[in-house]
Amino acid sequence: MGNILEVRNLKKYFNTPKGQLHAVDGVSFAIEKGKTLGIVGESGCGKSTLGRTILHLLDSTDGQIFFEGKDITRVNKKELVKIREEMQIIFQDPFASLNPRMSVRQIIMEPLIIQGVMTKAEMEQETDQLMETVGLARRLSGAYPHELDGGRRQRIGIARALALNPKFILCDEPVSALDVSIQAQILNLMLDLQEERGLTYIFVTHDLSVVKYISDEIMVMYLGQMVEKAPADELFDNPLHPYTKALLSAIPLPDVHAKRKRILLEGEITSPINPKPGCRFAARCIYATQECAEPQHIVEISKNHYVSCHIAESH
Amino acid sequence: MPAISKNGRAKSQTMEVIKRLSKNKLALSGLIIILLLTLLAVFAPLIAPYGYAEQNLNAVYLSPCKEHLLGTDRLGRDILSRLIFGTRQSLRIGVLSVAIAAVLGTILGSIAGFYGGRTDNIIMRILDIYQSIPGMLLSIALAASLGPGVNNAIIAIGISTIPSYSRIIRASIMTVRDKEYIEAAIAINANDFRIITRHVLPNAFAPLIVEITMNIGNSILAAATLSFIGLGAQPPSPEWGAMLSEGKNFMRDYGYLVIYPGVCIMASVLSFNLLGDGLRDALDPRLKN
Repeated sequence: MGNILEVRNLKKYFNTPKGQLHAVDGVSFAIEKGKTLGIVGESGCGKSTLGRTILHLLDSTDGQIFFEGKDITRVNKKELVKIREEMQIIFQDPFASLNPRMSVRQIIMEPLIIQGVMTKAEMEQETDQLMETVGLARRLSGAYPHELDGGRRQRIGIARALALNPKFILCDEPVSALDVSIQAQILNLMLDLQEERGLTYIFVTHDLSVVKYISDEIMVMYLGQMVEKAPADELFDNPLHPYTKALLSAIPLPDVHAKRKRILLEGEITSPINPKPGCRFAARCIYATQECAEPQHIVEISKNHYVSCHIAESH
Repeated sequence: MPAISKNGRAKSQTMEVIKRLSKNKLALSGLIIILLLTLLAVFAPLIAPYGYAEQNLNAVYLSPCKEHLLGTDRLGRDILSRLIFGTRQSLRIGVLSVAIAAVLGTILGSIAGFYGGRTDNIIMRILDIYQSIPGMLLSIALAASLGPGVNNAIIAIGISTIPSYSRIIRASIMTVRDKEYIEAAIAINANDFRIITRHVLPNAFAPLIVEITMNIGNSILAAATLSFIGLGAQPPSPEWGAMLSEGKNFMRDYGYLVIYPGVCIMASVLSFNLLGDGLRDALDPRLKN
């Protein structure tokens, strides 16, 4: 199957009083239809910005975005409406992403009302169907978001995203605001939906155990750049970039006696404002050498395993 | 909210608001007073014992007595009758001028708050200029250029109070604008009009309701000032504010000249405030109890 989404050298800069903030800086990747790409990185590394730029919730500064082979980087309003029917988003905070003055039913039905192709009866039926799909009891249709728990609220968010029958969904940390017990329910729901509807996901998170569970491929980001990308198992078995290694060593092991070398990062994150060329992680990297000041290139080390570090290359 | 009215949920939602409002005794009493005043205004000729311009120069400055329950003024006109007829003018002035200001102010404030940046700057700076002119002076100037009469007074007062509504709604919208559910609405292709009317305003209008109800009384008094200088309601047509300012000069000797119109204004302002407060709570589903 071909790539449903491809991003080439995507950049998103914000102008700040201190200079240009490079939130996303030259990221390229492609996702096959029906697969899940996990994007991990610490807070402020640009993973959410990347997702929002792909969805045109933010304008890209440079680079290209292809959806089903079509360049959608610059589109007019009419095309944008079409794109948004194909690409949807599930938000991190199910409290903040639902309008507190709308009932469950109104929230789920709203995309259909805006789309305006169904009759009223069809919309009612579709809404019932959507609620059933995401596991919301019919009796909750008149409820308001504040009356429901986080898991149910996130199900509303999922139902809303599914309403337009999209092919691609950006999941922006959809479970990080939820209790662990509910996280699993929501993740399983999302996996079921993927199987049923052939959905493609980008799964943005900082939770590594979640990303391993759900992703086919994982991309690690650091300060707006991709530092490593590999199939999920490969990345966990054989991390190459020093940053990925440090990240993975931070996953808690469910074994009291487990001994593992923990790589503790020291130093501050380099400022994303007007960054210097060269590896952005170098300031915190224990392996850093002189060559790290040179711009780094992304190299395919083994099949589908990309890394942007000259040290990892030479190993 | 026009869009909901189609989807069947609307009815039950309106019912729910009414149900919640009816549980609020204060709001309900406010509503009842407003309804009574409205009835009084509609059926004034039937209820009032005398005509509002009926003079009896043999009975000037009468204290409240059997024939004139609230006394008479300096031309021997029955105060009770004038108050009843005055309800027509005063309620109309209060409600309409506030409605004009609130609607225009909300539109301007929403645009400024929602779009921000240059649009915001242009609108708010114009309103700054606007506000630098004293409100009363502005309404006097407007009323003078429009010509005397109650309708022109309403327009003048309405226009001169726009900025305060704009500011309130703008500030309130700016806190709502960056919420994730606005982003969610953009992601499902909602246009700006829909986002503002369905997602932003319902979550931002609470402080506006308070401002609206508070200002009804101010407007009635502002209209009194206008009629005092000959620009508002024209004599002999009765109006509470005008009666108040007319009676002001004789307040020392004939206190009832100002007490009764004052009580009327206070009662209507209070009842609008109570209703507004209750309405704000009833419209917020989070306060369901």
